[in-house]
Amino acid sequence: MVEKGNKLNARSLNIWFGTIYALKKITIDILENEILSIIGPANSGKSTFLRALNRLNDLNSDFHFEGNIFLDGKDIYRDISIGELRKKIGMVFALPVPLPLSVFENIAYGPRRHGIQDQGRLSEIVERTLTAAYLWDEVKDRLHTSAIKLSGGQQQRLCLARTLAVEPDIILYDEPCSSLDPISTAKIEEAMLRFKHKYTQILVTNNTKQAARVSDRTAFFLMGELVELDLTENMFTCPARKETNDYLSGRFG
Amino acid sequence: MKPNPYRTERIAFTLLLISTVVIILPVFFIVFIIIQKGFSAISWEFLTSIPKMGMREGGIFPAIVGTLYLVLGTLIFALPLGVFSAIYLTEYAQDNLLTRLIKLAIINLAGVPSVVYGLFGLGIFVIFLKLGASILAGSLTLGVMVLPIIITTSKEALDSVPKSFREVSLSLGVSKWQTIRYSVLPHALPGILTGIILAISRAAGETAPILFTVAAFYLPKLPHSVFDQAMALPYHLYVISTQVPNVEVKIRYGTALVLMMIVLSLNLAAIILRSQFRKRKKW
Amino acid sequence: MKHFKEFLIEKVIWFCGVTSIVIVVLIFIFLLKEGLSLFKHVNLVDFLFGRKWYPISDPPHFGIFPLVLGSLTVTLGATVIAVPLGIASAIYIAEIASPRIKEILKSGIEMIAAIPSVVIGFIGMTTLVPFIKHYLNLPTGLTAFSGALMLAFMAMPTIVSIAEDAITAVPHKYKEAALALGATRWQAIWRVVLRAASSGIVAAIMLGIGRVIGETMAVMMVTGNAAHIPESLFEPVRTMTATIAAEMGETVQHSEHYFALFAIGIVLFIITFIINLIADLSIHRHRE
Repeated sequence: MVEKGNKLNARSLNIWFGTIYALKKITIDILENEILSIIGPANSGKSTFLRALNRLNDLNSDFHFEGNIFLDGKDIYRDISIGELRKKIGMVFALPVPLPLSVFENIAYGPRRHGIQDQGRLSEIVERTLTAAYLWDEVKDRLHTSAIKLSGGQQQRLCLARTLAVEPDIILYDEPCSSLDPISTAKIEEAMLRFKHKYTQILVTNNTKQAARVSDRTAFFLMGELVELDLTENMFTCPARKETNDYLSGRFG
Repeated sequence: MKPNPYRTERIAFTLLLISTVVIILPVFFIVFIIIQKGFSAISWEFLTSIPKMGMREGGIFPAIVGTLYLVLGTLIFALPLGVFSAIYLTEYAQDNLLTRLIKLAIINLAGVPSVVYGLFGLGIFVIFLKLGASILAGSLTLGVMVLPIIITTSKEALDSVPKSFREVSLSLGVSKWQTIRYSVLPHALPGILTGIILAISRAAGETAPILFTVAAFYLPKLPHSVFDQAMALPYHLYVISTQVPNVEVKIRYGTALVLMMIVLSLNLAAIILRSQFRKRKKW
Repeated sequence: MKHFKEFLIEKVIWFCGVTSIVIVVLIFIFLLKEGLSLFKHVNLVDFLFGRKWYPISDPPHFGIFPLVLGSLTVTLGATVIAVPLGIASAIYIAEIASPRIKEILKSGIEMIAAIPSVVIGFIGMTTLVPFIKHYLNLPTGLTAFSGALMLAFMAMPTIVSIAEDAITAVPHKYKEAALALGATRWQAIWRVVLRAASSGIVAAIMLGIGRVIGETMAVMMVTGNAAHIPESLFEPVRTMTATIAAEMGETVQHSEHYFALFAIGIVLFIITFIINLIADLSIHRHRE
């Protein structure tokens, strides 16, 4: 793959929740426009790492950390406001979380809060993002019905479109397909591959096959440590570390 | 005779039913008797004229107005304070021992007898702050009394909004206050409103806290400012039924009817609102 | 501008939060300050166990023992009546009544909580008191028993609704398991459901007692308010709450009598606070 600039860098990142040492000295460079998969068993710290990038861990009262994270070379705690950071780094959660609003208002929620009130512009954003998330054709006739009425797969694509609507540079996916059927999963993956020219994407997944299908590089986390990070094809054909091999061949996890 | 489990069951269920009936019947009895004996007293004149002849004749207008003022004053004080405090406690305060202690204290304050609030109001508002017995002192006292109710119900309503709504909103780069304003409050509003209505009905019906902070025994005119004493419906009912001899039964029951109707209709509104909310709740 | 508005509103929220906390603290401090002043003149043992409450005689006596006994008598009477009835009705509503009947019963019981206590006291005065006087052939119907009956009624909404919640919260599988083993519905309820709901039921009883001890107006209107040590349920008694309500209007500010009433306030405050705390703890244990 073509070497591009670094987008995000974590530098010896340590994270604790109370006395639990959740992430241990993680150093990763995430490249612009790549899809990086993070795999690993439950409680390996993958989601914690993801939520560190958009500072969502801050919501936990017993969270504390050491180390640095840089976005485009700027420290995310010192050089960028938290709102700016989260605008640039969007997130799709494991379970689809449609707000109890209409389809249209779900997408418009972010732009409205950032000051876009013009109905025409909002309509344009809604159509563009829903199209990008492969949902437009299914919902264009019922934009004003409640988003709760959509199916699980549609809801998750709605959440993806909602993330796109605030025009992020980076999209974080926290096990986005864990509650979805294979067809919906395929649509999300298709969207991810289509987004490559535009966004840097980080995918946390339990599904190693999914990592193999979509990502350029894959990182393997185990008990809060980064065990291995390599091009996906290398990782899945000849992993350098024994633990990785054990995990990939299903010996634990 | 061998015990037969099915006969035992029949007997037990019958006893349970009887207990329920025993509890429910007095409600109907009270409502019925008040309407039956008080309805004939209700007239436009009764509602809009001042009491005469040492409260043995005339109407209850000043008491209705006084109660209205008190409820309004209570709301002005306790509504913003209570709702904002609930927001502070659920959304902003750090989850530490002190916060937990404060929450515990507030919840338990809801169970403190109303007469103790009356004492507190007398001590601090009437005497210490030199407000005297006045609408202001009474409203503040009632306000302090309903504050735990408003905070507790609002807090429950806020807590019932899923955490994920906040996370989604924050993850879109929306600020904390805007997240609360647009992703939390709208969904908690019906619950908060229910609490507020219950607080109003409590403030309208309580007697003990206003005994020494505002209530005038007999004041056949309307108050002019918040520093005046005022009559109030519950206290008026207490006075004409225990302190003044030879008041017509009709007037006593009429007063009870008006008070009960005001408070019951407020509660009915709260019940309807809450059931609507439960039906509409989608998450 | 937008940032300034947000800054401002967050400051307002913070300010309100702090104000509420200050008010909570003030309630404690103020009651303590005024109430404890009494003990410059009267010692604690005489106050709690003195058998004479003659606040305006010369010299005055501030023994609240009769008042405590008055509150206790009425509360005990009310609890004995209210707890079995209330829990029975909670079981009926939670386990037996059909959904429609259930809604009607629940609203009916909630209505009790909505009726102002002065109205309940008024009805008690005009109907229950003469009834008791006549049928029990007593010199007066204004007795502890009348008070206990009224209070039992007033405690119902608290006891029934909280116990009902606790019973409804018991997972269905418990009951189903018992039924599958051949138990009758009643056996399943009695042996399994009630046991599983026990801590919630304890909370219901505690909160009901708290409601009863703190009730003022209804009690004052039907119990006769005689400050002596009661020998039976069928005599007039005077409760702590009624004492405060009846006498505070006539005291001289910062007199011993005034401080004594605040001291009674502290006693009430402590009792209800402990009761609520027990209820709170048992609900939390229930959840865990």
